[in-house]
Amino acid sequence: MTSVSSMVDPVIFKTTLNSLWTKASAKSITITVPRTRLETKVFELDHRVTSVFPESGLLIFIGFVLGGIVWGANNVQTFTLTPTVFFFYLLPQIILDTGYFMPNKLFFSNLGAILIYAVIGTCWNAAAVGISMWGCYLGGAMGDLNIGLLQFLLYGSLLSAVDPVAVIAVFEEVHVNEVLFILVFGESLLNDGVTVVLYNVCDAFVSLGAANIDAVQIIRGIISFFVVAFGGALVGVVFAILLSLLTRYTKNIQIIEAGFIFVLGYLSYLTAEMLSLSAILSITFCGVCCQKYINANMDERSVITVRYVMKVFANGSETMIFVFLGITAIDKAIWVWNTGFILLTIFFILVYRVMGVFFLTWILNKYRLVPISLIDQVVMSYGGLRGAVAYGLAVMLNEKKIPEKNLMISTTLIVIYFTVILQGITMKPLVQWLKVKRAEHSDLKLVEKVNNRAFEHLLCAVEDICGQIGDNWWTRGWNRFEEKYISWLLMKPKSRKTRDYLFGIFHKLNLEDAMNYVSEGERRGSLAFLRGNDDAQVDFKKKFGKDIEDVMPDIMVDTEHVPMSSILQDTIPSVSLDLHEQDSQGKMEGDAHNLLQQHLYRSRKQHHHKYSRSNFSINQNEDEVQEIFQRTMRSRLESFKSAKMGVAPGKIITKHPQKERQQKMANGNPTNRSKSHPYGDEDFEFSVSEGDSASGGEGATAGGYSFRLPPYTVGAGIENPAFMPEMDTPHPMRPPPWRSEPEMDVTVAPSQRAQRRLPWTPSQIHRLVPLRVSTRSEDSFVMADVLSPEEEPKDPPPGQDGSRM
Amino acid sequence: MGSRASSLLREEDIEEIKKETGFSHSQITRLYSRFHSLDKGENGALSREDFQRIPELAINPLGDRIINAFFPEGEDQVNFRGFMRTLAHFRPVEDNEKNKDPDAGEPLNSRSNKLLFAFRLYDLDRDDKISRDELLQVLRMMVGVNISDEQLGSIADRTIQEADTNGDMCISFSEFIKVLEKVDVEQKMSIRFLH
Repeated sequence: MTSVSSMVDPVIFKTTLNSLWTKASAKSITITVPRTRLETKVFELDHRVTSVFPESGLLIFIGFVLGGIVWGANNVQTFTLTPTVFFFYLLPQIILDTGYFMPNKLFFSNLGAILIYAVIGTCWNAAAVGISMWGCYLGGAMGDLNIGLLQFLLYGSLLSAVDPVAVIAVFEEVHVNEVLFILVFGESLLNDGVTVVLYNVCDAFVSLGAANIDAVQIIRGIISFFVVAFGGALVGVVFAILLSLLTRYTKNIQIIEAGFIFVLGYLSYLTAEMLSLSAILSITFCGVCCQKYINANMDERSVITVRYVMKVFANGSETMIFVFLGITAIDKAIWVWNTGFILLTIFFILVYRVMGVFFLTWILNKYRLVPISLIDQVVMSYGGLRGAVAYGLAVMLNEKKIPEKNLMISTTLIVIYFTVILQGITMKPLVQWLKVKRAEHSDLKLVEKVNNRAFEHLLCAVEDICGQIGDNWWTRGWNRFEEKYISWLLMKPKSRKTRDYLFGIFHKLNLEDAMNYVSEGERRGSLAFLRGNDDAQVDFKKKFGKDIEDVMPDIMVDTEHVPMSSILQDTIPSVSLDLHEQDSQGKMEGDAHNLLQQHLYRSRKQHHHKYSRSNFSINQNEDEVQEIFQRTMRSRLESFKSAKMGVAPGKIITKHPQKERQQKMANGNPTNRSKSHPYGDEDFEFSVSEGDSASGGEGATAGGYSFRLPPYTVGAGIENPAFMPEMDTPHPMRPPPWRSEPEMDVTVAPSQRAQRRLPWTPSQIHRLVPLRVSTRSEDSFVMADVLSPEEEPKDPPPGQDGSRM
Repeated sequence: MGSRASSLLREEDIEEIKKETGFSHSQITRLYSRFHSLDKGENGALSREDFQRIPELAINPLGDRIINAFFPEGEDQVNFRGFMRTLAHFRPVEDNEKNKDPDAGEPLNSRSNKLLFAFRLYDLDRDDKISRDELLQVLRMMVGVNISDEQLGSIADRTIQEADTNGDMCISFSEFIKVLEKVDVEQKMSIRFLH
């Protein structure tokens, strides 16, 4: 790619640009683009078409049509996909998009595998294809050509690159699991470094001529690989740092914050290009490294803007690339048809890809924690699609040195069509066939389905307990380093604090700290955090709403940076089983099956990759995750509470002592508040094992009886502007202390919130604290003990569902 | 994986665990360092809070039940032996093992022991039957909030119906085994990444 600038000398540069932009562009491009978008729209609407035929293939056909029109009008192909346009105007935004949305954790944990595929695999492809083609040429399979070994190697190297654009486009339909996706995709991004170097090295060799190559040159070639690759990555990282620093200080110019990403991203691309380094790697790493800090620093609206604009650019470029690929085919000037050449190329590409993938995977599986399965390998080898990058490189060939340039261009085009269209179409059926072959796919009975899902959850949990990849000294060390130094440098202090706070909240939400926090809220007298007596509802949003409301949306939107959703990494390689289920959903009968299908929580294995180009929506998985999380926390708090109060499941208290207590409490309320706090505070060094049976009696968890508060009466009670009745769901709960069973008089006007749910009262807190606090006289201490054995269970407490076993 | 951690585990312990559970030496040391990193209180035993600190478990619908499965009846702490014993259920079944020692008793990771483990997850009161209520509880944990109780109840009823052969409206362990005979339990309940 470095040869772009050197190959195209100023005059030609200008003329091509002119011809592109003045003659043709005014009319054609402006017509082309909208029409293409329109046609894409039409095809997108018909999802059935796109589920069979990959969108990229359709775009190529549109390109054919358009090319035909232009050809018919002008008798010469007035505009083609020139390397300049491709490499400078169409490709960067696609790569920036992929870098920015790259799942970092997944990427870096699989980096070793990706590098091996990218480097070794690509070199192998290039060498093998080149040499075998040369061998066949010598054998006479291609007729008479003016070509030599070096040129074949050059040809092999330009065809070796797996293309990221094509890969995304096709994999989108196939729904492969995340690991597989990241392997193929990461490989396609990183092999640019290799391809560029190979291309340049071979190009240099061709220029030198075969006689002048010696060991020195070869070594130089190898060294240049490292320089180009690492240099490119370094440039990207430098720009990422610049970008993050920039966004740290853009608080007052939030309107244009979003623009910086694009400008600096593109700048990194150009800089690397200027330094003859790998520009694709540069912009990839820029996107990869900066995402976290940008998302933390920028205003939420800017973040959203950046996402959408990036998607727009990337989609647009991709569309145009494929259309151009179609258009450029309709050009008599470039076509040279050589059957042997073409067929052999396709054959060798396929074969060597398969061989390379299987061999490398075999080696990798010896070292990987989670091996790559056979199906994944098949998909990976079949998914080695070539695309526009190969074409761009082919067009950049110097025809003086490579007389068969046109042959190579036409063959490249055919290879691209073959891989994109044919392999794209057959990918999904192939996967289905493989999956179906492996799984005995009869209609599962309900009980089997439920159990399957339960097993999956079980397995995921056990694997998490065992601790998978990433739980070693290196990652922990890096995380620490990153938190201390890098985040300090690159993130806004405010964001750092909230992030830490969030992380802290999350991690500390084991039971002891949750109780601490509850007492804290109680002490401040804030009714913002209320607790039903059956359900300890830890409502994060309400409690933290004010503090972190600008970050809260990020939790939903930004899936990478909150631990909850960073958990959604799928490290179990398997092509998604849902492929079958999705398709057969229409055929499934029976309400129960359907219901279950829709509503069973998905296990980690089944969370699809969210990096599709066209479906850019907030992942619905997050709702599931939220639900499960809240439920788990609720039940944990519940079981903790029952541990404290020593109520074994199934044990409840009679009405009688409760009523008694209530009346006493109603009187004792005001004084209690001051008294119990000193106790309440110091008491939270208890450990779980303490305090079971003795305080059991007092610990009337709610169980008693279910009591429905009268429905919320609007306007009753003190107006609480912060209270939104629709948001709270009323729970069956104990009667409020100011009310006793027989007399339902409203002597106390409860606040709006309290009408829904009981506020924390200190008298309740004393029950959580074992033994030491008594709101009555010391005698009650004794009374407590006396009371406890008498208490009989009446009916099972709701909400205590086996969370305490 | 500091050396400090593994030095706390003695060789004879490793040997015993190896015999009991079938894990290899390296697997045991690796799991020990994991045990050690989970054990924040450094007292050689894990409590429920230590497990609950694993964030992934908080978003696993069956997370808490699985945690409880580690703790023997009524206890609140689990030591390394107990930890390994529970994990042994999930060891992959190797083919060459089947013929090793016929009279050593069934290994912990045999198919029926795996199924027993899963069965115990459902069957809380240990009466060797999964009643409708127990099934309902598990189902409720595994589905979203959009299914109403009646719908869930009917799903539970159908599920029991499919499995129940003797008509007692409960699933016994043998019925459980029978209904899952087509399922590849060995694969579905085996951790894959221990070398």
